[in-house]
Amino acid sequence: MLRFLLRRLLTIVPTVILASMIIFALQQLLPGDPAIAMSGEEKDPEVIAFIRAKYHLNEPLPIRYGYWIGGVLTGDMGVSIRLQEPVARLIVSKLPVTLQLAVMAMIIALLIGVPMGVISAVNNGTPVDYAANAVALWGLSTPNFWLGIMLILLFSVQLGWLPASGYVPPTENLAENLRAMILPAFVLGNSIAAVMMRHTRAAMLQVLASDYVRTAHAKGLPPTTVIIRHCLRNAAVPVITLGALEFGQLLSGALLTEQVFSVPGFGKLMVDAVFNRDYAVVQGVVLCTATTYILLNLLADIAYFLVNPKLRRP
Amino acid sequence: MWNRTLATLLLAVGVVSGAHAQTLRFGLMDDPDALDPTLARTFAGRMVFAALCDKLVDIDASLNIVPQLATEWSWSEDQKTLTMKLRPGVQFHDGEPFDAAAVKFNLERHLKLPGSQRRSEIAAIDGVDVIDNLTVAIRLKQPFAPLIAQLTDRAGMMVSPKAAQALGDKFATAPVCAGPFRFVERVAQDHITVERFDNYWNKDAIFLKRIEFRAIPDTTVRLTNLRSGQLDLLERLAPTDLPQVKGDSRLKVGSTFELGFQAIIINVSRDTQIAANPKVREALELSIDREALNQVVFNGEFLPGNQWVNPKNPFYVAAYPPPKRDVAKAKALLKEAGVANPAINMVVYADNLSQQVAQVVQAMAKEAGFDIRIQATDFGTTLNLGDQGNFDVMLYNWSGRPDPDGNTYNFLACKAPLNYTRYCNDKAMAALEASRLTNDVDKRKAAWKNLAAQVLADRPMIYLYHRKLLWAYTTRLKGFGDYPDGLVRFTGLKLD
Repeated sequence: MLRFLLRRLLTIVPTVILASMIIFALQQLLPGDPAIAMSGEEKDPEVIAFIRAKYHLNEPLPIRYGYWIGGVLTGDMGVSIRLQEPVARLIVSKLPVTLQLAVMAMIIALLIGVPMGVISAVNNGTPVDYAANAVALWGLSTPNFWLGIMLILLFSVQLGWLPASGYVPPTENLAENLRAMILPAFVLGNSIAAVMMRHTRAAMLQVLASDYVRTAHAKGLPPTTVIIRHCLRNAAVPVITLGALEFGQLLSGALLTEQVFSVPGFGKLMVDAVFNRDYAVVQGVVLCTATTYILLNLLADIAYFLVNPKLRRP
Repeated sequence: MWNRTLATLLLAVGVVSGAHAQTLRFGLMDDPDALDPTLARTFAGRMVFAALCDKLVDIDASLNIVPQLATEWSWSEDQKTLTMKLRPGVQFHDGEPFDAAAVKFNLERHLKLPGSQRRSEIAAIDGVDVIDNLTVAIRLKQPFAPLIAQLTDRAGMMVSPKAAQALGDKFATAPVCAGPFRFVERVAQDHITVERFDNYWNKDAIFLKRIEFRAIPDTTVRLTNLRSGQLDLLERLAPTDLPQVKGDSRLKVGSTFELGFQAIIINVSRDTQIAANPKVREALELSIDREALNQVVFNGEFLPGNQWVNPKNPFYVAAYPPPKRDVAKAKALLKEAGVANPAINMVVYADNLSQQVAQVVQAMAKEAGFDIRIQATDFGTTLNLGDQGNFDVMLYNWSGRPDPDGNTYNFLACKAPLNYTRYCNDKAMAALEASRLTNDVDKRKAAWKNLAAQVLADRPMIYLYHRKLLWAYTTRLKGFGDYPDGLVRFTGLKLD
């Protein structure tokens, strides 16, 4: 276990470095000059020259990468050209928002997706299974953007129960914070629940057909024990992988959902930055999410170990 | 006991809702950039400045220049010195007095701060002299009539010299001005809060306690927030949403035609048929039905036009009305030019409405024989293509300036920064210069007429239409006025 962990940790370092290089290089492929994009409507040549010099835009690519990565290693991710704020501070202020949204969405997804997958697998081929599948299909095929607007129309405009937008930090008012976050979290959780349900169902079906399950039944174990202790545990591996990936995606900012509910998270930060050619922000956010992805993968690997003893053998 | 508790509670609720009632929640289309009048460049930012920073002068609903921090002004005989009398008893939000020295500091800051977006607007200024505590003389290198109009916008905004010196390039994080509201806080990409400044010179006309600006880019979402009561006012309502707002008895609409223009700009330096021959450009213009375009894409809400200012503007050159669509003549012109089916690559900013405009133009021009290919690009790319001259034809929009000079010189003067068409003509240049040299309105109008005679015949730009700027707001909001610069005046606004 320890050797495995060390090996995995060692591969993380070059992966992150490689990711940072790719992020930096890809970003330069974006057509459009940030100095021009930032120079206002009047396009004063002096302003353009000033911005170029200030943000080292005239230097060759490797030198700019050097400037950037040198800064990142010392905790300085640069300054947003557009907002005139340090990128690190922007990321730190948006991360809790996105993290909260991601955790809430994940909880909703797990609460809906996994039980539904189990129920539909156990009742394979019955109307219950079809109904669960239909619900999943709805979840998969409903665009987040549309569902978000529909929910706002219902709960905010018609019923007036929940605010249509307006993020409140949980430290300021937890109840208001939850009221503002529940709709976006549900919208995000809804689509992930559908994928989870499908994966849980498929994995469960495979496990249910295996010999040891038949043996467990033959031993006279109660069906719930067989399903939860023996089947679900084995079926959990692909679901964990999926969960980690989906969670990583949520952390990189749920773009459309954040737009609909105007949640000030990573997605909004990122999109604005891309359109304004705010390189430092794009680089910072992507590096941050790429690193999170890599770490989540590691966590998923560790989780396999814990649920599936077979993997513990070298 | 219970009664008293209940009474206290009711009172508390009353106080809370009373305070809440005078908080205006204003939905902006995008997040403003730096809140420093010298460095700022976005339209959304100007909405916030309207609350924070007073200007030397302002415009009224019919584009007249009216006093704000300056109460009166006059030009010297040679048109090279503008003398301004300042309003007495004005304070900045940090308690510093507003005086002639502050005006000198601010104009010099606009001219000298690295990265200043205002420098080009007031580059004609040679120096600023403090005559006495409340009188200032602005000396120009040469006569420059548009100066006073520039001072109605960010170039005329005054910040506290003390705060500007103390904060340096961090001024935008805690702006200190002399407007009706003072800065409270900003959470990037979420909200900006300002509250009433108790020592404002015109405080009796300020009824709102706080304003909360929130950036909500999507038009549908912004409207939904207004309808659910999360916002009281929103800017840039989509014309397609107009029927929905008009059908809602709790909402009202405000509107004004923009100062800017929407045009097809043609790169005349390019090796294309449309660049080489003015007849091809004339044919393109004649193939377009501006009114039909307005009906199809904008429900007829916008204003078709053929010049740099809209037909309702006092500086519109009435002698040159928009030409009627004439496909037969367009075809004949193409025949004369010897190009039956000119192929044109048109760069279009990739938003829905621009693409629809492009498609309608494409369909209309096709009837005359044009083969237009649409190339949709994002904002940054469009700017770069324009700057490098790497396009044949482009759909272009300009937000507009109160003085027509701001809509003409930078686009049509040889080698001007926004002259993406690469157009350069001696007569047009002479007319552009003439309009700057005098403050006499009739002489300036004559110069613009000469400019129109040349430019509308050469057609480096085919002006198409002028947008209507739309606001939607709750009927609780009273005292809302429509101003041609598309900004809100918070003075006199009240929430019932």
